[in-house]
Amino acid sequence: MRSDVFFLVCLGIGAAVFAAALALGNDYLFFAGYVVAQYVVLATAWNILGGYCGYVNFGSAAFFALGAYATVALHEFYEPLPVPALIVGGGVVSGVVGLGMGYLTLRLRGAFFAIATLALAVVLQTLVVNWDYVGGSRGAYIMRPETIAPLGNYVRYLFLVMLFLAVVAVTAARVIERSRLGYGFATIRDDELAAEASGVPTLRLKLVATAISGALMGMAGAPFPYYIGFLQPSSTFGLDYAVNAIAMPLIGGTTTWVGPLIGALLLGSLQQIATVTISSAVNLLIVGFLLVGFVIVAPNGIVGLQRQYIQHKPVGLVGRRRLGADAPGSAS
Amino acid sequence: MIFSFDLLVNAIVSGILIGGFYAAVTAGVSLSFGILDIVNIAHPAFVILGSYLAYVLNVSLGLDPILASIVMLPAFYALGAGIYQVYYLSFEKRGQESLRGLAFFFGLLFITEVTLVLYFGVDYRYVEARYIGPTWHLGPIDLPLRILVPFLVSLLLIAALELMLTRSFIGRAMMAVAQDQLALRLLAIDPIRVKRIAFGVSIASASLAGAFLIIIQPVEPSVGREYIGRVFAICVLGGMGSLPGTLIAAMMIGIFESLTATFYGPSWAPAVSFGFLLLTLAVRPAGLLGR
Repeated sequence: MRSDVFFLVCLGIGAAVFAAALALGNDYLFFAGYVVAQYVVLATAWNILGGYCGYVNFGSAAFFALGAYATVALHEFYEPLPVPALIVGGGVVSGVVGLGMGYLTLRLRGAFFAIATLALAVVLQTLVVNWDYVGGSRGAYIMRPETIAPLGNYVRYLFLVMLFLAVVAVTAARVIERSRLGYGFATIRDDELAAEASGVPTLRLKLVATAISGALMGMAGAPFPYYIGFLQPSSTFGLDYAVNAIAMPLIGGTTTWVGPLIGALLLGSLQQIATVTISSAVNLLIVGFLLVGFVIVAPNGIVGLQRQYIQHKPVGLVGRRRLGADAPGSAS
Repeated sequence: MIFSFDLLVNAIVSGILIGGFYAAVTAGVSLSFGILDIVNIAHPAFVILGSYLAYVLNVSLGLDPILASIVMLPAFYALGAGIYQVYYLSFEKRGQESLRGLAFFFGLLFITEVTLVLYFGVDYRYVEARYIGPTWHLGPIDLPLRILVPFLVSLLLIAALELMLTRSFIGRAMMAVAQDQLALRLLAIDPIRVKRIAFGVSIASASLAGAFLIIIQPVEPSVGREYIGRVFAICVLGGMGSLPGTLIAAMMIGIFESLTATFYGPSWAPAVSFGFLLLTLAVRPAGLLGR
């Protein structure tokens, strides 16, 4: 399918989802739907760096929070801007920080990179906690308009925006996956040294990946203050976002755009249901167990299971023993 | 800010004391991450688990927290050995430890933390012991016993681990497994068994570190997160797997944090270790005493 056609199809599906939610008329659907759509964007964004390039980012929450705090800062500094403009703002801030982080850390091997992202998240959180302009550790209140012209409740509008963003993110991931860029990413994931040796500009590609991934996470976070109304550093930088952003692609499958989408829809809705029916702590426990269970039992996620058992296709290199896995220094 | 000599000296001393404790927390990571190349990002969560078990034994049986953690050592060793077995079979054997192994430990971290929240709630818990409370005064220097005692036992722990690594057969086998697994096999030593033992020891050290932690400060389940970056910063700074390096790096971080907290305010302190880590990774990834 051509990318523009794919985009239109996705838009159609998004519009259908929104129409269905409108038809059901339950406002809670919009609240829950917003969170699920937000996770689709976050998981897709994580997967561009984590799934395509094989670099694990534990700092997703920081990029998400940066987007949210960019909104707060703009809100303090300026007249209330329309949400799409805020999304662009959040995307730019997080994208630039992503680029900076990549520049600082991407010369590191896998595990060191992952730890560096975790460290970056704490440094950013400390900065925000000590920055009174955006509320500091007390948090910041953002008043959202109660209603918006054609839709009624403002949350409906936020859901619509986030749905559109999810469509854009998924399309972008699919375009990247099938482009020269995506093949470059895949070479980095499979064997960075060999890629470098055959002339793939690995550092530049990785910088592109961190920037895109960071920007998308920031975009997912930008409307968040309007959604939540009260923004607090400890919850916005919380580990929940980081673990979800990792768990969703890994459960869905990391090598294609479908994986994070399936993972986010499944895990996101499951969590919404569990939060309402059981408790929010239990739903995080479910995420933890699903993550650990899936990486042990189904290393290629749901997409991998489907390929293995329904299409009977081999799952590529994964599952086979990597050459020289025993050699000293090969583990990273 | 009024600069005072007493304040400076006290900040440095308390930094050194806290640094000794940080070294005890990091020792396990130096073993697993530094020597075995297993990125056990969940180590701080096991430390918190150790804190809670020491707390339970202290409250129910009135056992001294450090003694309680020594009683728990075999259980933690078994837990570590079990986790390594799962890790080996699911990731190392298949050669996909980098991405999925990391996610595995991240998931363990999360499960441990949420389970503790569900069971104990998010209230701060603390232990009772004779040495919690009194403070020794040496001239202008204050030595609170609740930090001094963990500091001294930490030094003992580091020394014992270092002796094991350099003198005992199994310890030297652990160092060897990091360098050349094949050579180990040729000597008819099972590298997997060596790694399992080493990982068990690494998790067992978390039991002790957990007891120190709850002696020093009240503990709630998410406290562990602060230690993730700190522990890896110290491990990398100390040169990955060198225990003397770990001790020096831990004291450096302790002193810098304590100075920051004294002169700029405690809310800036977390940024110090993480800033240090980012800087080390960017400038000198081999650490201070790199191998």
